[in-house]
Amino acid sequence: MLCDVCKTETASVFLTQIVDGKMQKVNMCEGCSKAKGVADPTGFALADLLLGMGAAQQLERTTPEGKRCPQCGFTQSEFKKTGRLGCSVCYGTFSEGLEPMLKGMHKGLKHTGKCPERLQRTQARDNALRELHADLRHAVVSERYEDAASLRDKIKALEFEA
Amino acid sequence: MLQTCGENWGIKGVIMAIRNILSKSSDWLRGEGPHHQIVVSSRVRLARNLSGAPFPGWAKKAERTQILERIRPRVEELPEMADAFSFACQDLSALEKQVLVERHLISREHAAKGPGSAVVMNKRQTLSIMINEEDHLRMQAIRSGLQLRAAFKALNKVDSELEQKVDFAFDPVLGYLTACPSNVGTGMRASAMLHVPALVLSEQINQVIQAVNKIGLAVRGLYGEGTEALGNLFQISNQITLGEREEEIIERLQKVILQIIDHEQNARQTLLQQRSNTLLDSIGRSYGTLRHAYSMGSKEALNLLSLAKLGCDLGFYSEEQQHAVDELFMETQPAHLQKGSPKKLATEERDTLRADIIRRKLAEFQPPDVAGVMARVQVVPQKTGEETAPAEGTEPSGESSEGAL
Ligand SMILES: [Zn+2]
Ligand SMILES: [Zn+2]
Repeated sequence: MLCDVCKTETASVFLTQIVDGKMQKVNMCEGCSKAKGVADPTGFALADLLLGMGAAQQLERTTPEGKRCPQCGFTQSEFKKTGRLGCSVCYGTFSEGLEPMLKGMHKGLKHTGKCPERLQRTQARDNALRELHADLRHAVVSERYEDAASLRDKIKALEFEA
Repeated sequence: MLQTCGENWGIKGVIMAIRNILSKSSDWLRGEGPHHQIVVSSRVRLARNLSGAPFPGWAKKAERTQILERIRPRVEELPEMADAFSFACQDLSALEKQVLVERHLISREHAAKGPGSAVVMNKRQTLSIMINEEDHLRMQAIRSGLQLRAAFKALNKVDSELEQKVDFAFDPVLGYLTACPSNVGTGMRASAMLHVPALVLSEQINQVIQAVNKIGLAVRGLYGEGTEALGNLFQISNQITLGEREEEIIERLQKVILQIIDHEQNARQTLLQQRSNTLLDSIGRSYGTLRHAYSMGSKEALNLLSLAKLGCDLGFYSEEQQHAVDELFMETQPAHLQKGSPKKLATEERDTLRADIIRRKLAEFQPPDVAGVMARVQVVPQKTGEETAPAEGTEPSGESSEGAL
Protein backbone atom coordinates (compact mmCIF):
# COMPACT_ATOMS: atom_id res chain seq x y z
CA MET A 1 0.00 0.00 0.00
CA LEU A 2 1.40 3.38 -0.99
CA CYS A 3 1.59 6.47 1.19
CA ASP A 4 -1.41 8.77 0.62
CA VAL A 5 0.79 11.83 0.91
CA CYS A 6 3.84 11.27 -1.30
CA LYS A 7 2.29 8.35 -3.24
CA THR A 8 5.79 6.91 -3.63
CA GLU A 9 6.83 5.21 -0.41
CA THR A 10 5.16 2.22 1.16
CA ALA A 11 2.80 3.19 3.93
CA SER A 12 3.65 2.04 7.42
CA VAL A 13 1.55 4.39 9.54
CA PHE A 14 -2.20 3.85 9.39
CA LEU A 15 -4.53 6.43 10.80
CA THR A 16 -8.23 6.65 11.16
CA GLN A 17 -9.90 9.95 11.86
CA ILE A 18 -13.54 10.52 12.43
CA VAL A 19 -14.69 13.69 10.73
CA ASP A 20 -18.32 14.68 10.96
CA GLY A 21 -19.21 11.14 11.87
CA LYS A 22 -17.44 9.82 8.80
CA MET A 23 -14.44 7.61 9.09
CA GLN A 24 -11.46 8.79 7.08
CA LYS A 25 -8.58 6.41 6.61
CA VAL A 26 -5.12 7.70 5.98
CA ASN A 27 -2.01 5.69 5.19
CA MET A 28 1.41 7.26 5.42
CA CYS A 29 5.04 6.34 5.05
CA GLU A 30 7.49 6.84 7.88
CA GLY A 31 8.91 10.08 6.46
CA CYS A 32 5.60 11.75 5.69
CA SER A 33 4.11 10.84 9.04
CA LYS A 34 7.10 12.44 10.78
CA ALA A 35 6.92 15.50 8.56
CA LYS A 36 3.30 15.95 9.48
CA GLY A 37 3.85 15.33 13.15
CA VAL A 38 1.54 12.40 13.09
CA ALA A 39 3.33 10.86 16.01
CA ASP A 40 0.77 12.95 17.82
CA PRO A 41 -2.35 12.26 15.78
CA THR A 42 -4.49 14.60 17.82
CA GLY A 43 -2.60 17.63 16.60
CA PHE A 44 -2.97 16.61 13.02
CA ALA A 45 -5.47 18.19 10.66
CA LEU A 46 -7.24 16.36 7.91
CA ALA A 47 -7.09 19.52 5.82
CA ASP A 48 -3.31 19.23 5.79
CA LEU A 49 -3.44 15.76 4.48
CA LEU A 50 -6.03 16.39 1.83
CA LEU A 51 -4.67 19.69 0.64
CA GLY A 52 -0.98 19.52 1.34
CA MET A 53 1.20 20.31 4.25
CA GLY A 54 0.48 23.39 6.26
CA ALA A 55 -2.86 24.12 4.58
CA ALA A 56 -4.70 24.42 7.84
CA GLN A 57 -1.95 26.39 9.55
CA GLN A 58 -1.80 28.78 6.63
CA LEU A 59 -5.44 29.60 6.98
CA GLU A 60 -5.00 29.82 10.74
CA ARG A 61 -2.07 32.24 10.57
CA THR A 62 -3.64 34.66 8.13
CA THR A 63 -7.15 34.65 9.53
CA PRO A 64 -7.99 36.64 12.65
CA GLU A 65 -9.24 34.28 15.30
CA GLY A 66 -12.98 33.84 15.37
CA LYS A 67 -13.46 35.25 11.88
CA ARG A 68 -16.70 33.99 10.40
CA CYS A 69 -17.92 33.97 6.83
CA PRO A 70 -20.65 36.65 6.73
CA GLN A 71 -22.69 34.50 4.36
CA CYS A 72 -22.61 31.09 6.03
CA GLY A 73 -20.94 31.48 9.43
CA PHE A 74 -18.07 29.13 8.57
CA THR A 75 -14.83 29.39 10.56
CA GLN A 76 -11.26 28.35 9.89
CA SER A 77 -11.35 25.77 12.63
CA GLU A 78 -14.05 23.96 10.65
CA PHE A 79 -11.75 24.02 7.66
CA LYS A 80 -9.03 22.46 9.73
CA LYS A 81 -11.35 19.60 10.55
CA THR A 82 -12.69 18.82 7.10
CA GLY A 83 -10.55 20.53 4.47
CA ARG A 84 -13.78 21.84 2.95
CA LEU A 85 -15.21 25.36 2.88
CA GLY A 86 -18.69 26.46 3.91
CA CYS A 87 -19.97 28.34 0.87
CA SER A 88 -18.80 30.16 -2.24
CA VAL A 89 -18.45 33.43 -0.27
CA CYS A 90 -15.87 31.72 1.99
CA TYR A 91 -13.36 32.05 -0.86
CA GLY A 92 -13.51 35.82 -0.38
CA THR A 93 -13.73 35.66 3.41
CA PHE A 94 -10.60 33.52 3.79
CA SER A 95 -8.83 34.65 0.61
CA GLU A 96 -5.56 35.57 2.32
CA GLY A 97 -4.99 32.11 3.68
CA LEU A 98 -6.40 30.33 0.66
CA GLU A 99 -4.21 32.05 -1.90
CA PRO A 100 -0.86 30.45 -0.98
CA MET A 101 -2.64 27.12 -0.60
CA LEU A 102 -4.16 27.36 -4.07
CA LYS A 103 -0.83 28.46 -5.48
CA GLY A 104 0.76 25.32 -4.04
CA MET A 105 -1.69 22.89 -5.52
CA HIS A 106 -2.63 24.43 -8.84
CA LYS A 107 -1.05 26.15 -11.81
CA GLY A 108 -1.36 29.83 -11.07
CA LEU A 109 -4.27 31.61 -9.45
CA LYS A 110 -6.30 32.59 -12.48
CA HIS A 111 -9.05 30.46 -13.97
CA THR A 112 -8.64 30.34 -17.73
CA GLY A 113 -11.32 27.85 -18.64
CA LYS A 114 -15.05 27.89 -19.14
CA CYS A 115 -17.10 30.84 -18.02
CA PRO A 116 -20.91 30.74 -17.66
CA GLU A 117 -22.58 32.26 -20.71
CA ARG A 118 -24.56 34.64 -18.58
CA LEU A 119 -21.36 36.11 -17.20
CA GLN A 120 -19.77 36.20 -20.62
CA ARG A 121 -22.69 38.29 -21.81
CA THR A 122 -22.37 40.67 -18.86
CA GLN A 123 -18.65 41.00 -19.44
CA ALA A 124 -19.15 41.65 -23.14
CA ARG A 125 -21.75 44.30 -22.32
CA ASP A 126 -19.51 45.95 -19.74
CA ASN A 127 -16.72 46.13 -22.29
CA ALA A 128 -19.04 47.55 -24.94
CA LEU A 129 -20.34 50.16 -22.51
CA ARG A 130 -16.82 51.20 -21.55
CA GLU A 131 -15.95 51.71 -25.19
CA LEU A 132 -19.13 53.64 -25.92
CA HIS A 133 -18.48 55.97 -22.97
CA ALA A 134 -14.96 56.63 -24.24
CA ASP A 135 -16.27 57.33 -27.74
CA LEU A 136 -18.85 59.65 -26.25
CA ARG A 137 -16.20 61.69 -24.42
CA HIS A 138 -14.24 62.02 -27.65
CA ALA A 139 -17.33 63.06 -29.56
CA VAL A 140 -18.16 65.75 -26.99
CA VAL A 141 -14.61 67.07 -26.86
CA SER A 142 -14.42 67.33 -30.62
CA GLU A 143 -17.91 68.86 -30.72
CA ARG A 144 -19.46 66.08 -32.85
CA TYR A 145 -22.85 66.51 -31.22
CA GLU A 146 -24.82 64.35 -33.64
CA ASP A 147 -22.42 61.44 -33.02
CA ALA A 148 -22.65 62.08 -29.31
CA ALA A 149 -26.45 61.89 -29.41
CA SER A 150 -26.43 58.58 -31.24
CA LEU A 151 -23.79 57.20 -28.84
CA ARG A 152 -25.98 58.21 -25.88
CA ASP A 153 -28.89 56.32 -27.44
CA LYS A 154 -26.73 53.23 -27.83
CA ILE A 155 -25.57 53.44 -24.22
CA LYS A 156 -29.16 53.81 -23.02
CA ALA A 157 -30.24 50.82 -25.06
CA LEU A 158 -27.43 48.65 -23.65
CA GLU A 159 -28.07 49.76 -20.08
CA PHE A 160 -31.75 49.05 -20.53
CA GLU A 161 -30.93 45.46 -21.53
CA ALA A 162 -29.23 44.98 -18.22
CA MET B 1 -40.45 8.92 -19.92
CA LEU B 2 -38.70 10.15 -16.86
CA GLN B 3 -38.96 7.81 -13.92
CA THR B 4 -38.96 9.89 -10.83
CA CYS B 5 -38.97 8.03 -7.60
CA GLY B 6 -39.74 9.41 -4.25
CA GLU B 7 -42.79 10.81 -2.56
CA ASN B 8 -45.19 10.50 -5.49
CA TRP B 9 -43.97 7.16 -6.75
CA GLY B 10 -43.95 5.30 -3.51
CA ILE B 11 -41.57 2.56 -2.61
CA LYS B 12 -42.95 0.20 -5.23
CA GLY B 13 -41.98 2.63 -7.96
CA VAL B 14 -38.50 2.93 -6.60
CA ILE B 15 -38.03 -0.81 -6.52
CA MET B 16 -39.27 -1.18 -10.10
CA ALA B 17 -37.13 1.63 -11.40
CA ILE B 18 -33.98 0.52 -9.66
CA ARG B 19 -34.55 -3.08 -10.78
CA ASN B 20 -34.90 -1.79 -14.27
CA ILE B 21 -31.56 -0.02 -14.13
CA LEU B 22 -29.74 -2.75 -12.27
CA SER B 23 -30.86 -5.43 -14.70
CA LYS B 24 -29.34 -3.54 -17.61
CA SER B 25 -25.60 -3.37 -17.84
CA SER B 26 -23.93 -0.03 -18.37
CA ASP B 27 -23.25 1.05 -21.93
CA TRP B 28 -19.72 2.10 -21.10
CA LEU B 29 -18.91 -1.49 -20.13
CA ARG B 30 -19.34 -2.72 -23.67
CA GLY B 31 -15.63 -2.95 -24.35
CA GLU B 32 -15.79 -0.79 -27.43
CA GLY B 33 -14.32 2.56 -28.32
CA PRO B 34 -10.78 3.56 -29.28
CA HIS B 35 -7.96 1.66 -27.53
CA HIS B 36 -10.52 -0.38 -25.60
CA GLN B 37 -8.02 -3.19 -25.03
CA ILE B 38 -6.05 -1.05 -22.60
CA VAL B 39 -8.38 1.82 -21.79
CA VAL B 40 -11.49 0.34 -20.23
CA SER B 41 -13.35 3.60 -19.82
CA SER B 42 -13.03 7.39 -19.85
CA ARG B 43 -14.79 9.61 -17.40
CA VAL B 44 -15.18 13.37 -16.98
CA ARG B 45 -16.66 14.94 -13.89
CA LEU B 46 -17.69 18.54 -13.27
CA ALA B 47 -18.35 20.01 -9.82
CA ARG B 48 -20.82 22.90 -9.59
CA ASN B 49 -22.47 24.80 -6.76
CA LEU B 50 -25.34 27.20 -6.42
CA SER B 51 -24.21 30.71 -5.81
CA GLY B 52 -24.83 31.90 -2.25
CA ALA B 53 -26.04 28.58 -0.83
CA PRO B 54 -23.95 26.71 1.76
CA PHE B 55 -22.06 23.70 0.40
CA PRO B 56 -23.73 20.35 1.22
CA GLY B 57 -21.24 19.46 3.95
CA TRP B 58 -21.91 22.72 5.82
CA ALA B 59 -25.62 23.17 5.02
CA LYS B 60 -28.22 22.27 7.60
CA LYS B 61 -30.58 19.45 6.76
CA ALA B 62 -33.44 21.79 5.84
CA GLU B 63 -31.15 23.87 3.62
CA ARG B 64 -29.89 20.76 1.89
CA THR B 65 -33.44 19.66 1.19
CA GLN B 66 -34.25 23.10 -0.20
CA ILE B 67 -31.21 22.99 -2.46
CA LEU B 68 -32.17 19.53 -3.66
CA GLU B 69 -35.67 20.68 -4.45
CA ARG B 70 -34.29 23.59 -6.42
CA ILE B 71 -31.84 21.54 -8.47
CA ARG B 72 -33.56 18.22 -9.00
CA PRO B 73 -36.37 19.36 -11.35
CA ARG B 74 -33.84 21.32 -13.43
CA VAL B 75 -31.70 18.21 -13.80
CA GLU B 76 -34.65 15.95 -14.56
CA GLU B 77 -35.90 18.21 -17.34
CA LEU B 78 -32.59 18.12 -19.24
CA PRO B 79 -33.08 16.68 -22.74
CA GLU B 80 -30.23 14.23 -21.97
CA MET B 81 -32.30 12.94 -19.07
CA ALA B 82 -35.44 12.27 -21.09
CA ASP B 83 -35.25 8.55 -20.26
CA ALA B 84 -33.65 9.05 -16.89
CA PHE B 85 -33.94 7.44 -13.51
CA SER B 86 -34.01 9.73 -10.55
CA PHE B 87 -33.55 8.47 -7.01
CA ALA B 88 -33.48 10.13 -3.63
CA CYS B 89 -30.63 8.55 -1.69
CA GLN B 90 -32.82 7.54 1.25
CA ASP B 91 -35.12 5.56 -1.09
CA LEU B 92 -32.35 3.24 -2.18
CA SER B 93 -31.19 0.28 -0.13
CA ALA B 94 -27.55 -0.01 0.88
CA LEU B 95 -27.16 -2.86 -1.61
CA GLU B 96 -28.66 -0.89 -4.50
CA LYS B 97 -26.36 2.01 -3.77
CA GLN B 98 -23.42 -0.37 -3.63
CA VAL B 99 -24.29 -1.68 -7.08
CA LEU B 100 -24.32 1.90 -8.37
CA VAL B 101 -20.92 2.44 -6.74
CA GLU B 102 -19.53 -0.66 -8.41
CA ARG B 103 -20.76 0.71 -11.72
CA HIS B 104 -19.10 4.06 -11.01
CA LEU B 105 -22.45 5.82 -11.26
CA ILE B 106 -22.24 7.26 -7.77
CA SER B 107 -19.32 7.77 -5.41
CA ARG B 108 -18.75 5.80 -2.24
CA GLU B 109 -19.37 9.04 -0.31
CA HIS B 110 -22.68 9.59 -2.05
CA ALA B 111 -23.79 6.05 -1.21
CA ALA B 112 -23.49 6.99 2.45
CA LYS B 113 -25.85 9.95 2.06
CA GLY B 114 -29.39 9.98 3.37
CA PRO B 115 -32.17 12.56 3.03
CA GLY B 116 -31.34 15.68 1.03
CA SER B 117 -29.28 13.90 -1.62
CA ALA B 118 -30.25 12.32 -4.91
CA VAL B 119 -28.88 10.88 -8.11
CA VAL B 120 -30.26 11.22 -11.62
CA MET B 121 -28.88 9.04 -14.39
CA ASN B 122 -29.77 8.27 -17.98
CA LYS B 123 -30.92 4.82 -19.05
CA ARG B 124 -27.69 4.00 -20.86
CA GLN B 125 -25.84 4.85 -17.64
CA THR B 126 -23.42 7.10 -19.46
CA LEU B 127 -24.47 10.28 -17.67
CA SER B 128 -25.09 10.59 -13.97
CA ILE B 129 -25.65 13.61 -11.81
CA MET B 130 -25.28 13.45 -8.06
CA ILE B 131 -27.06 16.16 -6.13
CA ASN B 132 -25.63 17.22 -2.77
CA GLU B 133 -22.56 15.06 -2.76
CA GLU B 134 -19.55 17.11 -1.66
CA ASP B 135 -20.74 19.84 -4.03
CA HIS B 136 -24.32 20.69 -4.94
CA LEU B 137 -23.80 19.10 -8.33
CA ARG B 138 -21.38 16.40 -9.34
CA MET B 139 -22.03 15.56 -12.96
CA GLN B 140 -20.20 12.85 -14.83
CA ALA B 141 -20.12 11.42 -18.31
CA ILE B 142 -18.57 8.02 -18.88
CA ARG B 143 -17.63 6.32 -22.15
CA SER B 144 -15.96 3.06 -23.02
CA GLY B 145 -12.43 3.13 -24.39
CA LEU B 146 -10.35 6.28 -24.71
CA GLN B 147 -13.00 8.93 -25.30
CA LEU B 148 -12.14 11.75 -22.95
CA ARG B 149 -12.94 14.41 -25.54
CA ALA B 150 -16.33 12.91 -26.33
CA ALA B 151 -17.14 12.56 -22.65
CA PHE B 152 -16.18 16.17 -21.99
CA LYS B 153 -18.14 17.43 -24.97
CA ALA B 154 -21.30 15.67 -23.80
CA LEU B 155 -20.92 16.84 -20.23
CA ASN B 156 -20.05 20.39 -21.19
CA LYS B 157 -23.31 20.58 -23.09
CA VAL B 158 -25.27 19.42 -20.06
CA ASP B 159 -23.45 22.00 -17.93
CA SER B 160 -24.26 24.79 -20.40
CA GLU B 161 -27.91 23.80 -20.41
CA LEU B 162 -28.07 23.77 -16.63
CA GLU B 163 -26.38 27.13 -16.23
CA GLN B 164 -29.20 28.73 -18.21
CA LYS B 165 -31.52 27.76 -15.38
CA VAL B 166 -29.41 27.80 -12.24
CA ASP B 167 -26.99 30.42 -11.05
CA PHE B 168 -23.66 28.68 -10.45
CA ALA B 169 -21.12 29.98 -7.97
CA PHE B 170 -18.47 31.46 -10.25
CA ASP B 171 -15.71 33.95 -9.60
CA PRO B 172 -14.11 35.79 -12.55
CA VAL B 173 -10.66 35.08 -11.11
CA LEU B 174 -11.01 31.69 -9.40
CA GLY B 175 -13.61 30.20 -11.73
CA TYR B 176 -16.16 27.68 -10.45
CA LEU B 177 -16.14 27.66 -6.66
CA THR B 178 -16.16 24.25 -5.02
CA ALA B 179 -16.38 22.93 -1.47
CA CYS B 180 -12.81 21.69 -1.65
CA PRO B 181 -10.15 24.16 -2.83
CA SER B 182 -8.51 21.33 -4.78
CA ASN B 183 -11.38 21.40 -7.30
CA VAL B 184 -11.72 25.16 -7.76
CA GLY B 185 -11.38 26.62 -11.27
CA THR B 186 -12.72 24.21 -13.85
CA GLY B 187 -14.20 21.91 -11.21
CA MET B 188 -13.20 19.21 -13.65
CA ARG B 189 -11.71 15.82 -13.02
CA ALA B 190 -11.00 13.79 -16.15
CA SER B 191 -9.92 10.20 -15.71
CA ALA B 192 -9.41 6.95 -17.54
CA MET B 193 -9.40 3.40 -16.26
CA LEU B 194 -6.44 1.50 -17.65
CA HIS B 195 -5.83 -2.24 -17.80
CA VAL B 196 -2.05 -2.66 -17.80
CA PRO B 197 -1.19 -6.24 -16.82
CA ALA B 198 2.12 -6.30 -18.70
CA LEU B 199 3.40 -3.16 -16.93
CA VAL B 200 2.58 -4.81 -13.61
CA LEU B 201 4.01 -8.20 -14.60
CA SER B 202 7.25 -6.62 -15.81
CA GLU B 203 7.40 -4.48 -12.66
CA GLN B 204 7.41 -1.18 -14.53
CA ILE B 205 4.19 0.10 -13.06
CA ASN B 206 5.70 1.97 -10.12
CA GLN B 207 8.05 3.82 -12.44
CA VAL B 208 5.10 4.83 -14.59
CA ILE B 209 3.14 5.97 -11.55
CA GLN B 210 6.02 8.07 -10.28
CA ALA B 211 6.66 9.66 -13.65
CA VAL B 212 3.01 10.52 -14.09
CA ASN B 213 2.73 11.93 -10.57
CA LYS B 214 5.59 14.31 -11.29
CA ILE B 215 3.65 16.02 -14.05
CA GLY B 216 0.60 16.79 -11.97
CA LEU B 217 -1.46 13.73 -12.82
CA ALA B 218 -2.52 11.09 -10.34
CA VAL B 219 -2.48 7.33 -10.84
CA ARG B 220 -4.05 4.97 -8.40
CA GLY B 221 -5.07 1.35 -8.38
CA LEU B 222 -8.77 0.92 -8.89
CA TYR B 223 -8.78 -1.78 -6.24
CA GLY B 224 -5.71 -1.29 -4.06
CA GLU B 225 -2.46 0.59 -4.60
CA GLY B 226 0.73 0.11 -6.61
CA THR B 227 1.79 -3.44 -7.37
CA GLU B 228 -0.94 -4.62 -5.02
CA ALA B 229 -3.57 -3.21 -7.38
CA LEU B 230 -6.07 -5.94 -8.12
CA GLY B 231 -7.06 -6.82 -11.65
CA ASN B 232 -4.18 -4.67 -12.94
CA LEU B 233 -6.65 -1.82 -13.21
CA PHE B 234 -5.47 1.74 -12.61
CA GLN B 235 -7.11 5.10 -12.78
CA ILE B 236 -5.25 8.12 -14.13
CA SER B 237 -6.62 11.62 -13.62
CA ASN B 238 -5.73 15.30 -13.56
CA GLN B 239 -5.04 16.95 -10.22
CA ILE B 240 -4.79 20.59 -11.24
CA THR B 241 -8.09 22.35 -11.82
CA LEU B 242 -7.03 26.00 -11.67
CA GLY B 243 -4.91 27.76 -14.28
CA GLU B 244 -5.45 25.34 -17.16
CA ARG B 245 -8.35 25.28 -19.60
CA GLU B 246 -10.56 22.19 -19.69
CA GLU B 247 -9.35 21.30 -23.18
CA GLU B 248 -5.71 21.69 -22.15
CA ILE B 249 -6.21 19.36 -19.19
CA ILE B 250 -7.85 16.75 -21.39
CA GLU B 251 -5.23 16.97 -24.14
CA ARG B 252 -2.42 16.56 -21.62
CA LEU B 253 -4.10 13.57 -20.04
CA GLN B 254 -4.83 12.08 -23.46
CA LYS B 255 -1.19 12.41 -24.47
CA VAL B 256 0.07 10.69 -21.33
CA ILE B 257 -2.49 7.89 -21.71
CA LEU B 258 -1.35 7.27 -25.28
CA GLN B 259 2.21 6.97 -23.98
CA ILE B 260 1.14 4.50 -21.31
CA ILE B 261 -0.67 2.49 -24.00
CA ASP B 262 2.57 2.31 -25.98
CA HIS B 263 4.49 1.22 -22.88
CA GLU B 264 1.95 -1.46 -22.13
CA GLN B 265 1.96 -2.72 -25.74
CA ASN B 266 5.75 -2.89 -25.70
CA ALA B 267 5.74 -4.69 -22.38
CA ARG B 268 3.26 -7.22 -23.80
CA GLN B 269 5.45 -7.88 -26.80
CA THR B 270 8.49 -8.26 -24.56
CA LEU B 271 6.62 -10.76 -22.43
CA LEU B 272 5.66 -12.78 -25.49
CA GLN B 273 9.14 -12.70 -26.90
CA GLN B 274 11.31 -13.03 -23.83
CA ARG B 275 9.22 -14.49 -21.05
CA SER B 276 6.69 -16.50 -22.97
CA ASN B 277 6.85 -19.39 -20.54
CA THR B 278 5.86 -17.22 -17.57
CA LEU B 279 3.12 -15.63 -19.64
CA LEU B 280 1.77 -18.93 -20.98
CA ASP B 281 1.83 -20.40 -17.50
CA SER B 282 -0.18 -17.48 -16.09
CA ILE B 283 -2.68 -17.52 -18.91
CA GLY B 284 -3.08 -21.28 -18.81
CA ARG B 285 -3.53 -21.33 -15.05
CA SER B 286 -6.09 -18.55 -15.16
CA TYR B 287 -8.00 -20.46 -17.83
CA GLY B 288 -8.00 -23.63 -15.78
CA THR B 289 -9.04 -21.95 -12.55
CA LEU B 290 -11.74 -19.76 -14.08
CA ARG B 291 -13.26 -22.73 -15.89
CA HIS B 292 -13.07 -25.21 -13.04
CA ALA B 293 -13.07 -23.50 -9.65
CA TYR B 294 -16.01 -23.95 -7.26
CA SER B 295 -15.13 -21.15 -4.88
CA MET B 296 -13.45 -17.89 -5.69
CA GLY B 297 -12.83 -14.68 -3.74
CA SER B 298 -13.17 -11.32 -5.43
CA LYS B 299 -9.43 -10.62 -5.37
CA GLU B 300 -8.61 -13.88 -7.09
CA ALA B 301 -11.41 -13.35 -9.60
CA LEU B 302 -10.17 -9.88 -10.52
CA ASN B 303 -6.63 -11.09 -11.05
CA LEU B 304 -7.62 -14.15 -13.07
CA LEU B 305 -10.08 -12.18 -15.18
CA SER B 306 -7.33 -9.67 -15.87
CA LEU B 307 -5.21 -12.50 -17.29
CA ALA B 308 -8.14 -13.77 -19.34
CA LYS B 309 -8.60 -10.25 -20.70
CA LEU B 310 -4.91 -10.06 -21.54
CA GLY B 311 -5.29 -13.44 -23.25
CA CYS B 312 -8.11 -12.05 -25.39
CA ASP B 313 -6.03 -9.00 -26.34
CA LEU B 314 -3.06 -11.16 -27.32
CA GLY B 315 -5.16 -13.45 -29.48
CA PHE B 316 -5.18 -16.52 -27.25
CA TYR B 317 -8.96 -16.46 -27.22
CA SER B 318 -11.44 -15.57 -29.94
CA GLU B 319 -12.89 -12.08 -30.05
CA GLU B 320 -16.41 -13.08 -29.00
CA GLN B 321 -15.05 -14.33 -25.71
CA GLN B 322 -13.74 -10.92 -24.77
CA HIS B 323 -17.20 -9.60 -24.09
CA ALA B 324 -17.94 -12.33 -21.56
CA VAL B 325 -14.72 -11.57 -19.71
CA ASP B 326 -15.43 -7.82 -19.65
CA GLU B 327 -18.88 -8.44 -18.22
CA LEU B 328 -17.55 -10.76 -15.53
CA PHE B 329 -15.37 -7.98 -14.11
CA MET B 330 -18.59 -6.24 -13.08
CA GLU B 331 -20.83 -9.24 -12.44
CA THR B 332 -18.44 -10.75 -9.89
CA GLN B 333 -18.28 -7.61 -7.73
CA PRO B 334 -19.78 -8.24 -4.26
CA ALA B 335 -22.94 -6.12 -4.59
CA HIS B 336 -23.62 -7.37 -8.11
CA LEU B 337 -23.46 -10.94 -6.82
CA GLN B 338 -25.66 -10.18 -3.85
CA LYS B 339 -28.34 -8.43 -5.90
CA GLY B 340 -29.17 -11.65 -7.76
CA SER B 341 -29.83 -13.50 -4.55
CA PRO B 342 -33.00 -13.38 -2.44
CA LYS B 343 -31.15 -13.76 0.87
CA LYS B 344 -28.06 -12.20 2.33
CA LEU B 345 -25.04 -14.23 1.31
CA ALA B 346 -22.21 -15.12 3.66
CA THR B 347 -18.70 -14.71 2.28
CA GLU B 348 -18.32 -18.41 1.46
CA GLU B 349 -21.69 -18.47 -0.27
CA ARG B 350 -20.68 -15.45 -2.29
CA ASP B 351 -17.42 -17.08 -3.30
CA THR B 352 -19.31 -20.17 -4.42
CA LEU B 353 -21.79 -18.10 -6.39
CA ARG B 354 -18.96 -16.13 -7.96
CA ALA B 355 -17.27 -19.32 -9.16
CA ASP B 356 -20.63 -20.63 -10.46
CA ILE B 357 -21.30 -17.49 -12.46
CA ILE B 358 -17.83 -17.52 -13.96
CA ARG B 359 -17.99 -21.22 -14.87
CA ARG B 360 -21.39 -20.81 -16.47
CA LYS B 361 -20.42 -17.74 -18.43
CA LEU B 362 -17.18 -19.27 -19.65
CA ALA B 363 -18.67 -22.69 -20.46
CA GLU B 364 -18.04 -22.23 -24.18
CA PHE B 365 -14.63 -20.70 -23.64
CA GLN B 366 -12.07 -22.55 -25.80
CA PRO B 367 -8.59 -23.23 -24.36
CA PRO B 368 -5.91 -20.65 -25.19
CA ASP B 369 -4.65 -20.98 -28.75
CA VAL B 370 -1.01 -21.17 -27.73
CA ALA B 371 0.25 -22.61 -31.01
CA GLY B 372 -1.53 -19.93 -33.05
CA VAL B 373 -0.20 -17.03 -30.99
CA MET B 374 3.34 -18.32 -30.60
CA ALA B 375 3.60 -19.01 -34.34
CA ARG B 376 3.26 -15.26 -34.89
CA VAL B 377 5.80 -14.34 -32.23
CA GLN B 378 9.48 -13.99 -32.91
CA VAL B 379 10.98 -15.35 -29.77
CA VAL B 380 13.98 -13.29 -28.75
CA PRO B 381 16.33 -15.05 -26.38
CA GLN B 382 17.03 -12.96 -23.31
CA LYS B 383 20.40 -11.30 -23.10
CA THR B 384 22.05 -13.47 -20.50
CA GLY B 385 25.79 -13.31 -21.13
CA GLU B 386 27.22 -16.77 -21.81
CA GLU B 387 24.29 -18.75 -20.56
CA THR B 388 21.41 -19.52 -22.87
CA ALA B 389 19.00 -20.28 -20.06
CA PRO B 390 16.94 -17.36 -18.73
CA ALA B 391 18.99 -15.32 -16.31
CA GLU B 392 17.83 -15.45 -12.73
CA GLY B 393 18.73 -11.83 -12.10
CA THR B 394 16.51 -10.27 -14.73
CA GLU B 395 13.59 -12.51 -14.18
CA PRO B 396 11.45 -11.63 -11.17
CA SER B 397 11.33 -14.38 -8.59
CA GLY B 398 8.34 -16.68 -8.64
CA GLU B 399 7.08 -15.00 -5.51
CA SER B 400 7.03 -11.47 -6.78
CA SER B 401 5.55 -12.34 -10.15
CA GLU B 402 2.76 -14.16 -8.38
CA GLY B 403 2.17 -11.11 -6.28
CA ALA B 404 2.04 -8.92 -9.34
CA LEU B 405 -0.49 -11.16 -10.95
ZN1 LIG C 1 5.03 9.40 2.11
ZN1 LIG D 1 -19.15 30.95 3.60
